[in-house]
Amino acid sequence: MSKKNESLGKTLFVVVALCLVCSIIVAGAAVGLKPLQVKNAALDMQRNVLDAAGLLEPTTDVVAVFNDRVDTRLVNLNTLEFVEEVDGKNPTDYDPIASAKKAGLGTKLEKSNDVAGIGSRENVTKVYFINNAQDELETVVLFIRGYGLWGTMFGLLALEPDMNTIRGINFYQHSETPGLGGEIQNPQWVASWQGKEVYGDEMETVKIDVTKNVTSEAHDVDALSGATLTSNGVENTFQYWFSDAAYGPLLEKIRKGELNNG
Amino acid sequence: MASAKEMKEVLFGPIFANNPIALQILGICSALAVTSKMENTVVMCLALTFVTAFSNLFISIIRNHIPSSVRIIVQMTIIASLVIVVDEILRAYAYSIAKELSVFVGLIITNCIVMGRAEAYAMKSTPGLSFLDGIGNGLGYSVVLLTVGFIRELFGSGSLFGYQILALASEGGWYQPIGLLVLPPSAFFIIGGFIWVLRTFRTEQVEPKE
Repeated sequence: MSKKNESLGKTLFVVVALCLVCSIIVAGAAVGLKPLQVKNAALDMQRNVLDAAGLLEPTTDVVAVFNDRVDTRLVNLNTLEFVEEVDGKNPTDYDPIASAKKAGLGTKLEKSNDVAGIGSRENVTKVYFINNAQDELETVVLFIRGYGLWGTMFGLLALEPDMNTIRGINFYQHSETPGLGGEIQNPQWVASWQGKEVYGDEMETVKIDVTKNVTSEAHDVDALSGATLTSNGVENTFQYWFSDAAYGPLLEKIRKGELNNG
Repeated sequence: MASAKEMKEVLFGPIFANNPIALQILGICSALAVTSKMENTVVMCLALTFVTAFSNLFISIIRNHIPSSVRIIVQMTIIASLVIVVDEILRAYAYSIAKELSVFVGLIITNCIVMGRAEAYAMKSTPGLSFLDGIGNGLGYSVVLLTVGFIRELFGSGSLFGYQILALASEGGWYQPIGLLVLPPSAFFIIGGFIWVLRTFRTEQVEPKE
């Protein structure tokens, strides 16, 4: 290596030129591939929804099933009315989770009310209504999320039309410990949720319990071994989202048939 | 220009004679993490081979202009840029695989094979040979990963590339999968076994007793 390579000027020149070239390449790739990535992310979310509802088989044509049977609606959680668009976004493009933190679109939660540790809640949520072949309401899929051990666990919960019986649950994004808390994605554990009832008989209190001692067949889910904090996080998620502060009134309204696909 | 024999040696040498994983014991971390399924393994191998080959090529092209005081940072910048491009491409064209590989694509940046070849070979050799060296080392990495992935998926889940080969007992078949093989530590045993077999046939790789 020659001496002149070591001069300050040459060093600075090489570093700056290299950074410039590299940043152009990286930025080009990021911008150029963005549309495809957004499309993939949307498709992935559709797949997650069908998975939660138990409609996903390896051969499922996700887009076709989704377009055919799923009705994506936006619901204002404060007024309990359908809305056509929020912040200029239609139901497909609207992202409730990102909106929770934006001024005007989300509400900051008091520490004492923030059971699930999510910080703020969106004003308008996205609900997937899934119909059966006879065009009757079969499943309602809702977004839920709560803090686990390492971070927020994002999930989708599928409920039967009684708005009480769980059809499926899918934590599609989380950062729990693989092999311990990460087992919230384990198909066997996910299957153990099926048929559990969230509320007690009077639809008043949230009865679902993630516990070591399963006593009630209807409400208790076996906790994950070695992942107490993750299990607690899942339970808190239910405690929050099914309370009156979140989905409670909405579910009540759907149950009575006052908020239907009209 | 390098002779055909030298080129052949550079390209195929790292597969068995000088395998980066088996002999140099580099880049093991990703070998443990991504080998539970063949599909992920193949994508990881392609990504790593691509990054090693092109980082070697670009570093070799500008090797006479890199000030030695900042050479590691220059190498890292080139490698990191390539890895980000690979990551973006994967997320655009193979989203589900990209999601499963998650951080491990990003961790190619710190994969010792890429850095090792850049520093040890590309800084001193011509671009053509460096490129071949990158592909060769990528192949060496791939041979080990594919072997590990093959064993882990076939005996751990009874399938290959997601297609069921051995009928699982849980689905009415006869095969009881070996649960250990689904977990990352099993890759250690398989790599250990691979090295043992390799050194049985190539005794020159056995280290002298101390």
